[in-house]
Amino acid sequence: MSDDRDGGGRDGDRENVGERFGRLPATADERAVPGRATREEVLAYFEERFGIPRGSFDGHTFWEKGAGKLWAYAGEADSGIEVEALGITLLRTRQEHWKPTTSAALRFGGAATENVIDLGESEADAFVRGHDQRIEWDGDWGYLIAAHQLAGEREPLGVGLYLHGELRSVVPKGRQWD
Amino acid sequence: MEFLDRYESLVDDHEAFVAACSEPLPTVVRVNTIRASVERTLLALDDAGIGYERRGWNDRVLELDVEKPGRTWPYYHGWLHGQEEVSSLPAAVLDPGERERVWDACAAPGGKATQLSALMEDTGTVVANDQNLGRLSALRHNAERLGVTNLAVTCADARNYSLSPFPFEAFDRTLVDAPCSCEGTIRKNRDVAEEWSLGHVESVAGIQKGVLRRAVQATREGGTVVYSTCTFAPEENEAVLDHVLSAESCAVVPFETELAHDPGVREWRGAEYDPSVEHARRFYPHRNDTGGFFCAKLEVGP
Ligand SMILES: C[S@@+](CC[C@H](N)C(=O)[O-])C[C@H]1O[C@@H](n2cnc3c(N)ncnc32)[C@H](O)[C@@H]1O
Repeated sequence: MSDDRDGGGRDGDRENVGERFGRLPATADERAVPGRATREEVLAYFEERFGIPRGSFDGHTFWEKGAGKLWAYAGEADSGIEVEALGITLLRTRQEHWKPTTSAALRFGGAATENVIDLGESEADAFVRGHDQRIEWDGDWGYLIAAHQLAGEREPLGVGLYLHGELRSVVPKGRQWD
Repeated sequence: MEFLDRYESLVDDHEAFVAACSEPLPTVVRVNTIRASVERTLLALDDAGIGYERRGWNDRVLELDVEKPGRTWPYYHGWLHGQEEVSSLPAAVLDPGERERVWDACAAPGGKATQLSALMEDTGTVVANDQNLGRLSALRHNAERLGVTNLAVTCADARNYSLSPFPFEAFDRTLVDAPCSCEGTIRKNRDVAEEWSLGHVESVAGIQKGVLRRAVQATREGGTVVYSTCTFAPEENEAVLDHVLSAESCAVVPFETELAHDPGVREWRGAEYDPSVEHARRFYPHRNDTGGFFCAKLEVGP
């Protein structure tokens, strides 16, 4: 196991092996695994879509495990590491529209300035129950960060998918209120 | 609850001890400072009309006047985690610093591992290990909800744990919050009384010795290991320390705590233990209105 990793023929860097975590390359020039997002693309995504400053991720490295599932990790590891988890899930890539996770919205979404939809108390309540609701929104369609007011400040609740006048809650079942 | 009578000679007020063991526990939570300051969390609780009482010994521990904190906004946002008061102690005693390498050998469902992360300001590395994959999924859920990003999660038997996945050779600090007979959780789980047997105490003690030995080996010289259980049985507490003291290079050292406690016991049912086990602390339910607990701090030698 450690031979693979330390050798240079690092599996996690060559192909996308399911149970291993491969570290994202900094830029496309360094990409060895086809289809893997780069750190640059991830930073650009959060900046362009949500206005989250790149510096918000300074303490974190990005990793892929399985096809397209990205993780954010603050600790030490080498690419190709075989563990159950590294940090928190961040973003689903390798699909037309990238989808940030609820954890990412809560942990990093406080710095977002764009594509944030502010919900009133009853809307926020319905959102965390997983309900879809008709809401006015004249911004972009697609994945938004839903937020509400808590202790006097805007606080992200998670990710919603806005389409055709409707905000769909994508809060995972295990985090929903019932 | 007859099994508690076993400890009559250890506890000075046996009646109060048994009475406390049959009372339900207060609702206690820990503020997850990775997500919000204590101040902001208190503001959110005020806004929600939820009453709280702070704990003098730990500014992140609160007693709430609701039974189910899970249905409150601060909980949804990962600002709060339900954690019994005394179980916030071992991570505080381990006292990890920023950027350190820390091992939580028996980590699921992750109350203490995520607390270690918060104490490290979510920097450095906390390796959260557990042998039970099902319980690890609860830990993963908690880590996601609390937004803890410095956890690496592994699933292995801690008794022969290998650091080979990681780019370092030893940990700075290790927590062993061992599997145990859980006598001290009787206040929230009545089944403990029916399930108790001396055979179980003795067999789990074997596992505890194996895990604590490996923890000492995997921690660098001069590093710290904290051993904790939620049980009263000296077989699972002082006897485990005594065993590891003779098998590995380490010492049991004293630590300060404002929680009322009794010292570790030096003898039990004919067995005599190393005198330094007295530096360990026993927490009985009637002293601080908590669950029962045991906690020891070890320093790793050369
Ligand atoms: C008291 S619980 C840990 C609670 C946890 N520290 C917390 O704060 O949430 C003990 C854990 O040890 C695990 N365990 C039992 N035997 C083990 C072993 N040999 N190696 C690793 N973990 C083990 C159990 O699955 C259980 O989750």
